Amino acid sequence: MRIELVKRPQRSALFSMLSPFIAFALTIIAGAIMFALLGVNPLNAFEIYFVEPISQVWQLHELAIKAAPLILIAVGLSVCYKANIWNIGAEGQFIFGAIFGSIIPVLFPQFEGPLVIPLMLLLGMVGGAFYASIPALLKTRFSTNEILTSLMLVYVAQLFLDWLVRGPWRDPQGHGFPQTIQFGESAVLPELMPDAGRANWGFVFALVAAVLVWLMMSRMLKGFEVRVLGSSPRAGRFAGFGFNRMVFFTFLLSGALSGLAGISEVSGAIGQLQPVISPGYGFTAIIVAFLGRLNPLGIVAAGLVLALTYLGGEAVQSALGISDKVARVFQGMLLFFVLGCDTLIHYRIRLIGMALTKPNGAAQLEAAPKLEEAR
Amino acid sequence: MDITVNILLTIATAATPLLIAAIGELVVERSGVLNLGVEGMMIMGAVGGFGAGYLTGSPWIGLLAAIIVGALFSLLFAVMTLSLATNQVATGLSLTLLGLGLSGMIGTSFVGQPGVRLPNLDIPVISSIPVVGRLIFGQDPVFYISIALTAAVMWFLFRTRTGLTLRSIGDSHTSAHALGIKVIRYRYLAVMFGGACAGLAGGHLSLVYTPQWVENMSAGRGWIALALVVFASWRPWRVLAGAYIFGAVWIGQLHAQAFGIPVPSQFLSSLPYLATIVVLVLISRNKRLTMMNTPASLGQPFVPDR
Repeated sequence: MRIELVKRPQRSALFSMLSPFIAFALTIIAGAIMFALLGVNPLNAFEIYFVEPISQVWQLHELAIKAAPLILIAVGLSVCYKANIWNIGAEGQFIFGAIFGSIIPVLFPQFEGPLVIPLMLLLGMVGGAFYASIPALLKTRFSTNEILTSLMLVYVAQLFLDWLVRGPWRDPQGHGFPQTIQFGESAVLPELMPDAGRANWGFVFALVAAVLVWLMMSRMLKGFEVRVLGSSPRAGRFAGFGFNRMVFFTFLLSGALSGLAGISEVSGAIGQLQPVISPGYGFTAIIVAFLGRLNPLGIVAAGLVLALTYLGGEAVQSALGISDKVARVFQGMLLFFVLGCDTLIHYRIRLIGMALTKPNGAAQLEAAPKLEEAR
Repeated sequence: MDITVNILLTIATAATPLLIAAIGELVVERSGVLNLGVEGMMIMGAVGGFGAGYLTGSPWIGLLAAIIVGALFSLLFAVMTLSLATNQVATGLSLTLLGLGLSGMIGTSFVGQPGVRLPNLDIPVISSIPVVGRLIFGQDPVFYISIALTAAVMWFLFRTRTGLTLRSIGDSHTSAHALGIKVIRYRYLAVMFGGACAGLAGGHLSLVYTPQWVENMSAGRGWIALALVVFASWRPWRVLAGAYIFGAVWIGQLHAQAFGIPVPSQFLSSLPYLATIVVLVLISRNKRLTMMNTPASLGQPFVPDR
C-alpha cells in the first residue's frame, strides 16, 4: 500500500477547522490502546485522566495555573513559527525570566510595596528577552542555526539556575536545601479568587497576551510583515521588510513572553527559586502552539487541553500507579497527529494498492482520470 | 602513562555515541531530510537496548534491540514527513518529545536495576602491548563499529553510484524525480538508517557508557550530534574529528570536576553545550563553506507530482 498526496486547488477551510479535533480523537484512540496495553481499562483511565481532574472548582484553578505559562510561551512562539524562525529554547528563556525577576525578592527582600510585583514582571520579561537575544544575535551576525543554539542554551540556563540556588542565592536558613528564601508577601503574585482556588494573575496575563498578539497578527502591519516573511522571504525583501529585524523582533517578543511566564510561575505558583522550576513548559508550549494552529486564540484552547494532560498524568499516577510520563506521551502523540492532520488542509490523501500487482493496462487506465483530477 | 591511556580511552567512549548518531544524521541530511528527532531516537534506543539486555541477560541482544527500536521509531518520522509531507522541523521536534516521554514511561520499572555491560574486546596477546594495545585492540565493540561505520559511509557517499544518487536527491529532489529516481524510497531508507544509528548510539549509552537506565540519560547528545553534522559541513571524516573534540570536552570537564578545580561544577557541565554554540558560530561565519556543502533541498517537503 502506498500513500499518495493530491494537492487541493485551495486550502480546505473545513479541515483547517477540523484538524485539531481529528487529531485529538486520534490521540484518544491511541491512548486507549496504550492504556489497554498497560493492563488498565481505557474508559476508567480516561475518566481519571480527563474528567476527574476538572470536576471541581479548585481543580479548574489548578488547570489555569498550568495553562498560564503554556499559553504565554506558545503565543510568543506562534509568532516565531509564523515567520519561519525556530526558537525552541523557550524553556531557557522561561528560566532566565524567573532568575531576573527574582533579583528583587532574593537580593532586596527589604524592598516592599505595590511596586515590587510590576518591577519583577518587567525584569522577568527583560531576562527572557535578553536570553532570547543571544540566538537572535548569532543568527543575524553569523547566520548560525537558531534551532541548535537556542536549544543548547536551555541546558546552560538549567545549570546556571542550579548553581544559583545551590550557591550564592541559597537560603542561609534553609537547612542546606537547594532553594532561595521564600518570597516576601509583596513579591507574591496575588491570587484571583483566593476563596475558590489558587489561580493567580498569570492566567490573566496569558489571556491578555493572546488577545494582543492576535490583534497584532490580524490587524497590524507588523503581523502582516511576519506572515509575508514567513511564507516567502523573497516577497518580504521586495516589500522592504528586513529579515534580520524580524529575527530580533520574534525572538525578543517570544523571549519576553517566556520570561514573563517564568517569573509569574515562580512568584505565583512556587514562591521561591528551586533547581527545577518547570516540568518542561517551554517544550510543551511548542505543542500548544501547533495544536492552536499558530493562532493566539486557538492557543488559549490548546493551552487548556495540554494543561489537562499534565493534571491527568498526575491523576493516573496516584490512582493507577502509571508513571506520570504518560502525560509526555500524550503530548507527543497529540503533536504528531496534529501535524499529520494538517496535511489534509492542503492535500487529499489517497491510498493506493501496489500498482505492480495489476496488469499494466489496468494501471494506465486508472491513471488517466487521476491526471484529470490533478489539473 | 596509565592515566593518559585511561583518559584517551574514556574520550573514545564518550565520542562513540556522538559519532554514530552524527554519521547517521549525516546520511539523512545528505538525502535532503532534516530529522531533529535524533535525541528522541537515541533515548528510545537506550531504553530499548537496556530493556532487552536486562530481560534476556545478553548485551548483544540489547544492542540489536537498540538498533531495531531506533529504526522503527524513525519510521514514524518518515511516514509523517515523506508520505504526508509534514513540516520536518516540527515533526522532528515532536519525535524528540515523544521519545523522551515514551522512554520515561517504558523505563519506569528499569530505574535502579543493574544492567548488563557489553564486554570490551580483548585479543589475548596484542591488547597487552603497552599503550597502543589497549587503545587500539582493547575497546568496546561499538567503538570498532563506529569507526567502520564512518569509513563505510564515506565510501558509500563518495565512491558508489547509489551514494551519488542519494546526494543528488539531497541537492535537488525535483531534478532527481524528473530523472526517474525514487526520491521518497531513498529518503525512507536514509531516515531509517539514521534511526538505526541513533538507536545504536543510545544502546551504547545504556550498555557500555553507563550500563544502567537513567531517565533522560542522553542529556542532549542527540542535539550535539545534530550540531556536529553542521560543524562537519556534511563530511564524514570531519564528523569523526568533531565527535572526538566533543568527547574530549565532555571528559575534560568531568576530570576537571574530579580534580576539584575551583570552578562551580555547573559551569564545567555546561561546557559541552557552550562549546557547541561556539563551534557552530565559528563554522557558520564562513558562509561560503556552509553554502557550498549544505544539501540544497535540506528540510524542504517534497510531494512528487504525476
